[in-house]
Amino acid sequence: MLEPISIDLASLNMTSILPMVITVFGALSIICIDLFAKNLSRSFFAVITIFFILFSLGAVVGFSGENRGFFDLMLIDGIAVLTQIIILLTSALFMLLSLSKRRFQEFAMAEFYALFLFMIAGFQFMVSSDNLILIFLGLETASLALYTMIAMHNRNKAIEAAVKYFTMGALAAAFYVMGALIFYALTGSLEIHQIAQTLQDRGFEPLVAVLAGTVFMLGALGFKLSMVPFHTWTPDVYEGSSAPLAGYMSIVPKIAGFVVAIRIFEMLLDSGVIWLESVLYVMVVLTMTLGNIVALVQEDVKRMLAFSSIAHAGFVMAAVLIGTTEANAGIFLYWVLFMFANLGAFTMLWVTRHRQNLWDSRYQHPFSKFSGMIKVMPANAVLMGIFMFALAGMPPLSVFWGKLYIMSVAINNGYIILAVIMALNSAIAVYYYMKLIVYMFLKEPTSTDTTIYSSNSTTVLKVVLAFSVAVSVLSVFVVKPLLEMILVYVSMSGF
Amino acid sequence: MDYILSLIIFFPLVAGVFGFFIDKNSMRAYGITVTFLELMLVVALWIAFDSSISGFQFVEHVSIISQFGMSYHVGVDGISLFLVLLSVFMTMIALIGLSIKEDAKNLIIAVLFLETTMVGVFLSLDVILFYVFWEFSLIPMLYIIGAWGSDRRIYAAIKFFLYTFAGSVLMLVGILYMGYIYHAVTGVWSFSISDWQLLKLPFNTQLWLFGAFFLAFAVKAPMLPFHTWLPYAHGQAPTIGSVILAAVLLKMGTYGMVRFLLPLFSDATVYFVIPIAIVAIIMVIYAAMIAYVQEDMKQVIAYSSISHMGIIILGTFALNAEGITGSIFLMISHGIVSGALFMLVGVIYDRRHTKNMSEFGGLAISMPTFATIYGIMLMASVGLPLTIGFVGEFLSLMGFFRVNWVMTLLAGSGIILGAVYMLTLYKRSFFGEITNEKNRNLEDLNKRELTALMPLVALVVILGIYPKPILEPIDNSVKAMIVLMEKKAVNQETKDFLIRVNTIEGAK
Repeated sequence: MLEPISIDLASLNMTSILPMVITVFGALSIICIDLFAKNLSRSFFAVITIFFILFSLGAVVGFSGENRGFFDLMLIDGIAVLTQIIILLTSALFMLLSLSKRRFQEFAMAEFYALFLFMIAGFQFMVSSDNLILIFLGLETASLALYTMIAMHNRNKAIEAAVKYFTMGALAAAFYVMGALIFYALTGSLEIHQIAQTLQDRGFEPLVAVLAGTVFMLGALGFKLSMVPFHTWTPDVYEGSSAPLAGYMSIVPKIAGFVVAIRIFEMLLDSGVIWLESVLYVMVVLTMTLGNIVALVQEDVKRMLAFSSIAHAGFVMAAVLIGTTEANAGIFLYWVLFMFANLGAFTMLWVTRHRQNLWDSRYQHPFSKFSGMIKVMPANAVLMGIFMFALAGMPPLSVFWGKLYIMSVAINNGYIILAVIMALNSAIAVYYYMKLIVYMFLKEPTSTDTTIYSSNSTTVLKVVLAFSVAVSVLSVFVVKPLLEMILVYVSMSGF
Repeated sequence: MDYILSLIIFFPLVAGVFGFFIDKNSMRAYGITVTFLELMLVVALWIAFDSSISGFQFVEHVSIISQFGMSYHVGVDGISLFLVLLSVFMTMIALIGLSIKEDAKNLIIAVLFLETTMVGVFLSLDVILFYVFWEFSLIPMLYIIGAWGSDRRIYAAIKFFLYTFAGSVLMLVGILYMGYIYHAVTGVWSFSISDWQLLKLPFNTQLWLFGAFFLAFAVKAPMLPFHTWLPYAHGQAPTIGSVILAAVLLKMGTYGMVRFLLPLFSDATVYFVIPIAIVAIIMVIYAAMIAYVQEDMKQVIAYSSISHMGIIILGTFALNAEGITGSIFLMISHGIVSGALFMLVGVIYDRRHTKNMSEFGGLAISMPTFATIYGIMLMASVGLPLTIGFVGEFLSLMGFFRVNWVMTLLAGSGIILGAVYMLTLYKRSFFGEITNEKNRNLEDLNKRELTALMPLVALVVILGIYPKPILEPIDNSVKAMIVLMEKKAVNQETKDFLIRVNTIEGAK
C-alpha cells in the first residue's frame, strides 16, 4: 500500500505561476477563437495578444508572496521578476510591429499569435526557476515555438533559417541535457542551489566531472547566447527571419539565456575553479572582437546587425564573468538600453522592407539601399542614424551608458585589461555602424522615389519608432531610475 | 545670471532643433542671428566675469546619475572663458562667410549642433559630461566634411572620425579608473574635476593615467605621429568645416592638456616634459618643411596649423605662468588667424575652383583688397610683432626658455621656416605679372566676405597691440593652477622643477 500523498494547496504557491498561466491561457483562447470565427483580422489578434501580455505583466509586477513554489520548482526572485518584465515589454512592442502596411502570411494566421504566447510562457518558465529540468522545458518550449514562427515567414530563406536554427538548437539542447545529467550524477540533485551546496561540501571533487558538466553547459548556453565559437547560426537565421522577429531574437532569448548563465556560472565561478574563469574570459574577448571584426565586412545591414548583436552579447557576458551585484545590474541596464536601440534599428529595416530585392540579388537590405536616404526621407534617415550611433555607444545615447557602467564595473573589480579590450572594441564597432551612416548621409541617392523607403510604414510603426528614439536620446535621464530599480531587484535575489 | 552657462551651452542645440522648421531661404539669416545672439550671451558672460577670481565662476551642479557620480557640472574660469568666446565668435564669422547654397539648411543645423558641443567641452567640469560633448562633436563634423567636401570627402571624414574616436576610448577607461580611485580613497563617486584636483596620486598610477588621457588629446591636437588625419580633413572639408576645425576643434586637444593633464597628474607631467617637448619641436620643424613643399594653398595652411600647435604644446609644457598663458593666448590667436586664412582660401576657391598655387600669380593686381587682408593674416600667422600671433608665440617660447634654451632655439627656428613658406606662398600667388589669363578679371572681395573678414583683421591688430584684457584673466587662473600643481606633487623633483621654471634666477 502506497502512502497517500497529501498536498496542501497553499504550499504550491499558485501565484508564482500566475503570469505563465495567463500567457498559456491566452494562447489557448486565441486558438479557440480561431476555431469559431474565421477570417478575423490580424489587428484583432495582435491587440488581444497584447492584452494577455499586459495581464501577465500585471501579474508579474504585482507578485508578492513566497518566492518558492511547486516544491521548489519555481523560483520567483528579483532577477526572475525583472527579466519577465523585460521580456513582456519587448514582446508587447514586437506585437505592434506585426501591424505593418503590407500583409505577410504569418501575421494573418491565428497560430502565429498562439505560438508567440506559448513562446513567452516558455521564456517565463526558463527564467523563473533554478531547477535544471524546468529550465530545459522552458527553453525548449520557447525554442520550438520560435523555430516555427521563423518558418512561417514562408520564404526559402526563412525555411532555411528555421531548419538551421532547429538543428543547432537541437545540438545545444543535447549539450544542455548532458550537462544537467553530469551534475545530477555528481550531486543527486537538479536544483542549482543544492548542486552548489553539495559541490561546495565536497570541495568540487571529482574536478574532471565538474569540468565536463561545465563544458556542456558552456556549449549549450553559448549556442543560445551566440557566443563565439557557437555563433555561426546567428547571421543566417537573422537574415532569413522577418526584421521584427530578428530584432526580437536578438533581445528576448538572450536575456533569458543571460539569466540562466548568471544562475549556473555564478555558482561555478564562486567555486574558484580558475579554469572556468579563464575559458569564460577568452570566450568573452573572442565574442566581442570576432563579432565586431566580422561585422566590418558585411554587405547587408541585417547581417551586420546580427554580428553586432553577437558583439553586444559578448560585452554583457563580460559582466557575467565579473559577477558582482553591480555587474549583474549592469547586464540588465545594458540590455534594456540595447533593447530600445536595437528594436528601433530593426523596426527601421521593417519600415523600409520592399516587395522585391531592388538593390541586390541576394540581400534584402544591402548598404547601397540606404544610399543618400537623407535627401529622400530626411526624418527616417535621422532616426536610423540615431539608432546606429546609439548602438555604437556614442555618448550621450542609450547604449553608451550601459557600456560606461559595465566598463566601470570591470575597472572597479580589477579587470582593467578587459576594460581596455572593451574600449578598443567600441572603437572597432563604431566603424561598421558608421558605414551605414556614411551611406545614408554622405552618398548620393540611387532613387528619389520615397515610396520605396516607406512601403511598409504605418502609424503604429511610427509610434514604435518615436518611442524607441525618445528613450535612446533621453536615456541619460532614464538611467538613474532604471538603475535604482534594477539594483533593488538584483540585490533582492542575492546575485 | 545663475544659469547663463546652461543657456550658452544649450541655446544653439535648441535653435538647431527649431532650425528644422525654418524655411530654407531664411536659413542663413537664421543661423547668423542665432550665432550672434549666442555671441552676445558670451559677451555678457565676459562682462559679468570677475577676472580677479582665479577659480570657477557661475558654477552649476545638478546630480544626474548619482549611482556612479555623474552630474551636470559646468563652470567657467579664465582659461575656458576666451576659448568659449573664440568658439562662438568663429562660428558666427564662418556662417557669415558661408557660400554654400546646396542643402545649406542641413549644414547650418549641423554647425549649430557643433557649436553646442564645442562650448560644452570648454565649460564642462564633470569629466563624463566633458567626454559626452567631446565625442558628440565628431558627429556634426563628420557630416560637414563628408557631405559638403571635395572628391575624397568620405575617406577624409571617416579617417577624421576613427582617429579621434579610437584615440579617446582609452581616455574613457582612464576616466573610469580615475573615478574608481577617487571612490576608493573617499568612498564617494565623483567625476567632478574640482574634486579630482584635490586627489594626490601615486607616481606609477599617474604615469598610466597620463598616458590614457594624453593619447586622446594628442590625436586631437594633433601631435606627431597622429597628425595624418588633419591634412586630409582640411584638404577635403568645405571652407566652413576647415575654419571651425582649425579654429576650435584642434584647441580642444590642447585645452584638455591644460585642464586635465597638468593639474591632475603633475608629477607625470613634469616627468614627460622633455620627451613631449622633443616631439613638439619635431612637429614645429617637420610640419613647416612639409608646408614649404605643398602645391595646394590649403595644405600649406593645414601644415602650418600643425606647426603652430607644436608651439602651443611646447608653451603648455613649459609649466610656468608665461608659457601656459602664452599657449592659451596662442590658441586664441591661432584660432582667429588660421580661421581667417582658411576663409581667404575659400574665397579664391569659390572664384577659381582650384587651390593650386601654380594656377595663380599676380593676384594682387586683380584683387587688391583680398591681397591686403591675406597679407595681414599671413604676417599674423608668421608672428610679426604688433600682430596677434606674436604675443602668444613670444610668451610660449619665453616660458620654455626657462626649461631648456637649446630646445627653445630649435623651436624658434620654426618661426623662421614659417616665414619662409608663408612668404613663398604669398610671392607665388600674389606678386609678379598675371600669368594665367583666368586671374585677370576676378572680382575682389564682396560685401559678405568683407563683413566676415573685417572683424578678424581688427582683432588681429587690436589684440596684437594691446593683449592685456585677455592675458590678465588667463594669467590669474593659470597661476592658481601652478600653485595647485606644486602643492599636490608627490615627488620632490617635481616641486623643484616647478619652482625652478617659475622663478627668475639671480646673478650667480
